[in-house]
Amino acid sequence: MTATPTLERRAVVDALLDERGDLLVVTGLGGTTWDVAASGDDPRNFYLWGGMGTAVSVGLGLALAQPRHRVLVITGDGEMLMGVGSLATVAAQAPGNLAIAVIDNERYGETGGQLTHTAFASDLAAMARGAGITHSATLTTLAEVRAFRAHFTRVAGPHFAVIKVASANAGMVLPPRDGVLIKHRFKAALAAGQRS
Amino acid sequence: MSNSTEFDWPAAIHRVFKQQGVRQVAYVPDAGHRRLIELCRADDEMRAVPLTTEEEGMGVLAGAWLGGERGALLMQSSGVGNCINAIASLTRACQFPLFMLVTMRGEWGEGNPWQIPMGRAVQPVLETLGLRVTSVAQADDVESTVSAMLGMTYTTDSANAVLLSQRLLGAKAFQ
Repeated sequence: MTATPTLERRAVVDALLDERGDLLVVTGLGGTTWDVAASGDDPRNFYLWGGMGTAVSVGLGLALAQPRHRVLVITGDGEMLMGVGSLATVAAQAPGNLAIAVIDNERYGETGGQLTHTAFASDLAAMARGAGITHSATLTTLAEVRAFRAHFTRVAGPHFAVIKVASANAGMVLPPRDGVLIKHRFKAALAAGQRS
Repeated sequence: MSNSTEFDWPAAIHRVFKQQGVRQVAYVPDAGHRRLIELCRADDEMRAVPLTTEEEGMGVLAGAWLGGERGALLMQSSGVGNCINAIASLTRACQFPLFMLVTMRGEWGEGNPWQIPMGRAVQPVLETLGLRVTSVAQADDVESTVSAMLGMTYTTDSANAVLLSQRLLGAKAFQ
């Protein structure tokens, strides 16, 4: 394996969401929901508090329905592994406006820090490539994260990136936890954006 | 399969989908859904989304709703077992509308004992999750049932399933 990752997950997510424009965001339950909330609550974030394994699928349905918006799924390695087949489903649809960023700390952070499969032998970027997502890479520096953000904003996807981060938990920053509220305010924000 | 030659119920379902503005049709294939899937795939106004497992359908339909599109999810009864947590902790927790069209195994003339337990569990499990479940066994009931349940799904943001019985589909032959 490569050197121990040093990137701090909150800095990575801040870089992904910097000057986000009309970006629509879907998060995976647990750490990445807290990360995106920490970066600044926004009604155009659809935070998952459940449905482990479905973050990419939510992003896919949204990207297909809103082809003029960029959709970014920010999820963790454990959540991605549970729904890894959805990468093949994404590749079959090939939505140009969808990007997936996996914040990979090689741990199940919410359940005691147990190692995920990426800590052993699994390479999620290779799995995404094998599923048919050709724009797929593993990133280890903030410069690469910023380049990824610029790239998926400019170039048709789908895009996939694994971003290796330090294993330390960053603490909980809680967005609203009522799924009905999160759902309705997301849709209202989208509608308001389309009117303006 | 005699019913399907007497009345083209898959075409009737496709017609209802069009009338009610279904844009994303997510599915894991089943023999009973073969013609409907072909019709949806051939329709330029619909996006057919093949899934690797049924629980992806909860995500896809939730995302479609967030983006302003209606969806429908096609699966075999065994697939119901694959998506329980996604139904509960995504679809139901957020009260997303859900329309599932389930082709049944494990009932009416089933020849594979491995299909029986999940087939028997489908309706009680879905009802436990808060879905309304309606079963159809006659070809001429399909269109009105799908129309009513799909319409209710999107006017009331509710979760509903229509089960298509092997009595309608014909039991799979093992010989």
